[in-house]
Amino acid sequence: MTTPDSVRVEPDESPEAVETTAEELAPLYRQMLAIRRMEEAAAKAYSQGGKIGGFLHLIIGQEAVCVGALAACKPEDYAVATYRDHGHAYAKGSSARAILAELYGKKTGLVKGLGGSMHLFDSKTNFLGGYGIVGGHVPIAAGAAFASKYRGDGRVTLCFFGEGASTIGGFAEGVALAALWKLPIVLICENNQYSMGTPLYRSLAVEDVSLRALAHGMARDRFDGDDVVKVKRRIAEAIERARTTGEPTLVEVVTYRFRGHSMSDPGLYRTKEEVEEWRRRDPLGRSRQRLLDLGMKDAAIEELESDVKAEIEDAVKFAEESPAADEYLPYVIKE
Amino acid sequence: MAVISYREALNQAMREEMERDPNVFIMGEEVGYYNGAYKVTQGLLQRFSERRVVDAPIAEMGFAGIGIGAAMVGLRPIIEFMTFNFSLVAIDQIINNAAKIYQMSGGQFYAPMVFRGPGGPAVQVASQHSQALESFYAHVPGLKVVMPSTAVDAKGLLKTAIRDDNPVVFIEGETLYNTTWEVPDGEVLIPFGQADVKRTGSDITLIAWSKMVWTCLDTAKQLADEGIDCEVVDVRSLRPLDVDTLAASVRKTGRCVIVELGWPVAGFGAEIAYQLQRHCMDSLDAPIERVTSDDVPMPYAKNLEDEVQPQVKDVVAAVKRALYLEGE
Repeated sequence: MTTPDSVRVEPDESPEAVETTAEELAPLYRQMLAIRRMEEAAAKAYSQGGKIGGFLHLIIGQEAVCVGALAACKPEDYAVATYRDHGHAYAKGSSARAILAELYGKKTGLVKGLGGSMHLFDSKTNFLGGYGIVGGHVPIAAGAAFASKYRGDGRVTLCFFGEGASTIGGFAEGVALAALWKLPIVLICENNQYSMGTPLYRSLAVEDVSLRALAHGMARDRFDGDDVVKVKRRIAEAIERARTTGEPTLVEVVTYRFRGHSMSDPGLYRTKEEVEEWRRRDPLGRSRQRLLDLGMKDAAIEELESDVKAEIEDAVKFAEESPAADEYLPYVIKE
Repeated sequence: MAVISYREALNQAMREEMERDPNVFIMGEEVGYYNGAYKVTQGLLQRFSERRVVDAPIAEMGFAGIGIGAAMVGLRPIIEFMTFNFSLVAIDQIINNAAKIYQMSGGQFYAPMVFRGPGGPAVQVASQHSQALESFYAHVPGLKVVMPSTAVDAKGLLKTAIRDDNPVVFIEGETLYNTTWEVPDGEVLIPFGQADVKRTGSDITLIAWSKMVWTCLDTAKQLADEGIDCEVVDVRSLRPLDVDTLAASVRKTGRCVIVELGWPVAGFGAEIAYQLQRHCMDSLDAPIERVTSDDVPMPYAKNLEDEVQPQVKDVVAAVKRALYLEGE
């Protein structure tokens, strides 16, 4: 944990490697890679064919946060995310086929072509959705946690949001109520350091978002999101706290998105050097190297990578060939 | 058959539904230990404990959202707004989340819940606490909007709202809590989408909801002395809207006045007028009249407050315009 007077974002440059095994890390690396390849395919379809429309917010560069965090929870635990939600949906268990088909606006999409990129939901994996109004989903996540407490079902809710959400009322009220009622929730700030095009120092008086927990007597944590295993371990601590004591935790994970805010954003507000610096810290490259260090054979890693390639190629083909979305009336009012 | 107050009817509805279904809980400001700002939740905390009668701090956006999240995973929340004026700070939750979750999730999640509380102009509480906001909510697909005028409707419609699988915006008449009506013993369930003819008549149809039903009944009583026979139809649920019952009445009388407490521009009465001209064009003997509050924020002074809102005299004047009796 950081000290209460920390106000600058200074992720640990040479973090101590968190103990792990190839058996643990390989599936995490595979998930991160699948998310990256899936989003690269989506970006291609968006730019080249106009096959994906509207807003497309890519999580490329930040994959370790959703993958590490969701690897720490159980299938019955709930997850709630923002509009940058492809990675969360996948890491919670939705297929690349259903996610890409949704982005293509197809009937076979995760939400039947009705939600698109920003509104992925999956009742089978307890993924309670991607939400497009910044901060508005924090109370909803608290509501799922409220239900778990009401029923005593032992589930924990993981709520993801960006540091840009920390200034809006929905965040403030959701956090205040989660703390007041001791709801079993882990509030995960994916601090990618830019609220769209506005850097932290121009949007937050105190750049350490986790400090907000102090005003509510809530546990907090703050660390960099370069190492997926570290994310998994630290989020697991917060999940354990929620599950055993019902206490919420505000966790801030410092990360970086390599691409623009959405596809229409060339990211001119950042220097090339800054982006390059963070690309050097790419959680995928780091995990791959770690797997080699842990003794995983080159051939085995390459096999994993070609397996991911095949999975995403199949998903793209599925999305391309699926029938167009064809109904919207049945889901307005539930009969 | 007992005569009970509108307040007691609402209390009975919640009490009965909470007895029936352990997933129903109520959350809002002052609903528990204070017994409700308007005493609608009187005694519920003692009966159901803090687990199911949850006092919330002043955070409408927060607790409205908590209700939605809880509803998505199977609970059936009743979210009380101390008044609907405060629902405006939660309107993002109601419109962007509650109303859309079923569609946005491709039918995988839905929000079976009630947003309830008093609405409509109150007495000398000035502009921020005195306004009719139903037209805002009635605009939104995915919501149901219900506004009972009597104790029996309050009970029957609230019980239906609690059992409904969709988010229901249930706006109670802030000045109706002490009004009384006969309510049958035992189960009272009134389906949505059924307007109610509160008084039959042959000369003209007066359409209203909530408090304005009472104003229309008073108008009808007064006009009866002048030989004008008014039919009063209570819309009860704005969404879904029972166009058939409204249209049947207008086809019978040939004339119509729509009375509402909201402002005139884009008020819900305009939608009803559109529906009626669409369905009853050949039966109309006069243009459809509307009576609304004036197009101003509510003033505080009692005389001005009365002047701004529809009074019996305003409805009488509209009826006479529709009967071409103006100037007589």
